[in-house]
Amino acid sequence: MTRVDEPEPPAPIAVDDPDLRQAAAAESEPPGGLRPPPETLRGYFRIVYLRIRSGDSGVLPVVAGLLLISILFQALNSKFLSAGNIVNLLIQGAVYMLLAMGEVFALLLGEIDLSIGFVSGIGGVVTAELVKQSVGWPWWAAIIVALLVCAGIGLLQGTIITRLGLPSFVVTLAGLLGWQGVMLMILGAGGSVPINNNIINDFASGNLTPLASWVVMIGIVAFVGVRIWVQESRRRASGLIAPPASLTALKIAGIAAAGIILVLICNTDRGRLIEIKGVPYVVLIVLAVCAAWTFLLGRMKFGRYVYAIGGNSEAARRAGIRLSRIRTLCFMLASFTAGIAGIVYASRLQSVSTALDGGTLVLYSVAAAVIGGTSLFGGRGKAVHAVLGGLVIAAIDNGMGLQGYSAAARNVVTALVLLAAVTIDSLARRDAARH
Amino acid sequence: MTTDVGTAAAPERDQPAPALLLRLEGVSKSFGAVHALTDVDLDVPAGQVTALAGDNGAGKSVLIKCIAGIYTPDTGTIYWQGRPVHLRNPRDAAALGIETVYQDLALCDNLDIAQNMFLGRERVRHLTLSEDAMEEAAGRTLQSLAVTSVRSVRQQVASLSGGQRQAVAIAKAVLWNSKLVIMDEPTAALGVAQTAMVLKLVRSLADRGLAVIVISHNMNDVFQVADRIAVLHLGRLVATRPAAEMDRQIVVDLMTTGVSTRQVGADATAERPADDAG
Repeated sequence: MTRVDEPEPPAPIAVDDPDLRQAAAAESEPPGGLRPPPETLRGYFRIVYLRIRSGDSGVLPVVAGLLLISILFQALNSKFLSAGNIVNLLIQGAVYMLLAMGEVFALLLGEIDLSIGFVSGIGGVVTAELVKQSVGWPWWAAIIVALLVCAGIGLLQGTIITRLGLPSFVVTLAGLLGWQGVMLMILGAGGSVPINNNIINDFASGNLTPLASWVVMIGIVAFVGVRIWVQESRRRASGLIAPPASLTALKIAGIAAAGIILVLICNTDRGRLIEIKGVPYVVLIVLAVCAAWTFLLGRMKFGRYVYAIGGNSEAARRAGIRLSRIRTLCFMLASFTAGIAGIVYASRLQSVSTALDGGTLVLYSVAAAVIGGTSLFGGRGKAVHAVLGGLVIAAIDNGMGLQGYSAAARNVVTALVLLAAVTIDSLARRDAARH
Repeated sequence: MTTDVGTAAAPERDQPAPALLLRLEGVSKSFGAVHALTDVDLDVPAGQVTALAGDNGAGKSVLIKCIAGIYTPDTGTIYWQGRPVHLRNPRDAAALGIETVYQDLALCDNLDIAQNMFLGRERVRHLTLSEDAMEEAAGRTLQSLAVTSVRSVRQQVASLSGGQRQAVAIAKAVLWNSKLVIMDEPTAALGVAQTAMVLKLVRSLADRGLAVIVISHNMNDVFQVADRIAVLHLGRLVATRPAAEMDRQIVVDLMTTGVSTRQVGADATAERPADDAG
């Protein structure tokens, strides 16, 4: 490149000034540049620690909270950690977990979806209506139609929010009112539709046989373990940041241990009069939804764009991302997941009735997502947060119930836990902003 | 309403020897009654840093937005590597290799460096993101720019300093084999050491053979990094000269009044802006 008659090259950046040099040294952190991957456990934990410091505390607070709650309730009542009660707790929490996984899609955008409580009611009531004797649809067809109806509701609400530019709070508040009305209309004068389909009722109350429980657990652990191992050894081989092999092994061992403990607990007889054993189907449903949404959000373009929009929608727009399409899809997925929750809810009660309180359900689901570590400000959150948060809410409900506390007292405690979770979230953000 | 007609022969007229990457001819842009740009001719050669100076409202932002495809000029033609082009939107500009680093950087705090650099252009295999490949490419680009102060490309952007963010935004622009990088006030919010780092980065882009357009208010920065300086005054380009033929006072005169009678040293050969007193 010849420069047009230029007597001298532009002055090199002078770093002769001692002050400047000092400042530059302070700026550039420790020398060494892009660090080689940490070979030791210590190096890896340092990186993890730095991530936490930067506001990405992940699931740590909620796991700590869950441990604390378990110890507390177990000390108060030795029944709390009995096999029967733990399984019970998982079943009770399933609806919150599923709903919260739907809510995560809205929260990730920095939006909120208040309608999903009653949308789940619609999902339940459509399923119940289609499988009742006089209609007589097969269970799977009823479920597919119910989920499509819910997704359609989400598509409608999402389109209104993105195309007309209305606040999601208001549109979904209208949804909360409107879909409740529609649900009541479908339920009609009787106010209740029973479900006589055994397969649907088994979602919440049926169990795998103990042998099947082991087979499924071993299958899942083997699949996940191999995936993690292959992935992390590939990263190590190509010199990218990855945990040392020892930690990878430890991680897989941890997953296996969790699976074994879960199956051992579920395979303990928890019946009073007859023998009840095995992993409830609903646990598998929650795990499947969690795995699917984790993959969607973590490994696919769509998920990356959801996080980008939640983090900085202007940057996402300039990157050529079609904001309205992604946002509409999020509301659709939120309602779709709510439909799954509604079917599980109906299955647990073996009916759908006017008693379904979608308002409380949706508020609990927001609380569960936030307690689990999803940020209300958008851009941070995962499906697993919803599962853990739902577990916390179910544990508080269940533990205080065992102690004989009133519903009023449970509400107050749940509120305090929610407040604590939001405080952690916003403190972490403020801390990150200071860096 | 760019004129596509009868311009095929025009660019060959008097091209200077070094690769002339971008050429604007008679570009005007009005917003209602406001003439934001009037008849701007500008050459942007590869391998050089062209600084765009001008007071507030002189039309700097409008000019770079015309080049970045955000605005379409009312009249005039943009030549890219000697051929007239029509930039209807930023995607057209990006397809040619024009990348813009805006003042607000447009980074997502909640994503890490590699995710930000590939945002909107992720590599995908079997519907899943090729994280490892993207991470490697991002690391290579940062290293080639000698950006060594970041710990890892998996670091969240929220945890970076202002200078590091600027470096990431520039690296993001370079990642795409871009030929022209436009930067809007790259040092506006930075401290002394960070400014030095970013200016070095700007210089290294030009040394790699890229064309760089820098908007800056800061005369120190302009003279430290620019090969050529173009001065806008009330929507008109009043001067484009090698930096060596200018000094601070000349630029300030041009920015504020549109003319300058000063000369640098004895060298009076500098082309005078075709008497622009108007």
